[in-house]
Amino acid sequence: MARPLGEINASSMADIAFLLLIFFLVTTTMNVDTGLARMLPPMPDKDQPIDDKVEVKQRNVFTVLVNKSDRLLVEGQPMDVSMLRDKAKEFVVNPKNDINLSENTPTEVDFFGIVNVSKGIISLQNDRGTSYNMYMKVQNELVAAYNELREDLARNKFGKAYKDLPEDQQKGIQKAIPMRISEAEPKSIGGKN
Amino acid sequence: MAKFERKGKKGMPAISTASLPDIVFMLLFFFMVSTTMRDTELLVRNRIPSATEIVKIEKKSLVSYIFIGTPTSKYQKLYGTEPRIQLNDSFKSLDAIRDFISSERDAMNEYDRAFLTVSLKIDEDTRMGVVTDVKQELRKASALKISYAAKRVEKIE
Repeated sequence: MARPLGEINASSMADIAFLLLIFFLVTTTMNVDTGLARMLPPMPDKDQPIDDKVEVKQRNVFTVLVNKSDRLLVEGQPMDVSMLRDKAKEFVVNPKNDINLSENTPTEVDFFGIVNVSKGIISLQNDRGTSYNMYMKVQNELVAAYNELREDLARNKFGKAYKDLPEDQQKGIQKAIPMRISEAEPKSIGGKN
Repeated sequence: MAKFERKGKKGMPAISTASLPDIVFMLLFFFMVSTTMRDTELLVRNRIPSATEIVKIEKKSLVSYIFIGTPTSKYQKLYGTEPRIQLNDSFKSLDAIRDFISSERDAMNEYDRAFLTVSLKIDEDTRMGVVTDVKQELRKASALKISYAAKRVEKIE
């Protein structure tokens, strides 16, 4: 006949678990990867002649230059970064049909019918000496300009925040307000680094 | 008349610690699941800039990292203070980026290759020169989906 077993002392279990817990606490890095997502333009073909570029009308290009001392020149005028967002929005929407701002083309878009889609391109040019911090600030403002426009459209049309919309409606908005930020071919003006 | 009196020295009953391991195990599992071991050692100073319009990178398995910044003080004797490029665990030259991208592509399964995202972790004090060079190399390697690593902040000061 088996004798009843004595109870196993489980009080050291907590110690072992604590040990493991502390190990994982120390080694944990809970970093979520976040960042500004962008697409680079593909490399032009080698045999493609250089002057064969797509012609874009001057009024459809919103040039943003950043020089090596981190100053901005927007459409030929010096500007502070804080103004950039509003200027970019004004350029894309062109509410008063200013002849110096971007043109519109009526396009058929899902959910919206015929929409005047802006032909505007924001062209960002930086110098080799520009600081990365400044470059990110400018990028951020330009992306923010488009995001705010999309947000406005989403609120007006669907009465919801852009991120809460189903995917096909987001696609529609993306088509109505396409994000066109072009980073020009690098140039070196301000000297090396 | 009724009398309430303490009968002798009874003391408090001992609190049962039997459930302590359970609680600890619960915490343990949480940390085990959420842990990602840092697989590369940082050789460069890496303070990433902040931005408001950032998005999360959805799948970690599709991401390759390129670190750019001045070498940490330990390596400055050897490598100087100019911003340098770190791929995996060592300093690399610009030309190595193309090999790096193709090896990263080979390590993925075929279906995922088109979705390779390169996360550029660049120190905020870096000048754009080296960044532009890296971007040109990425274009040549046709790794066009990039993400400029940034922290989320509510407002940029």
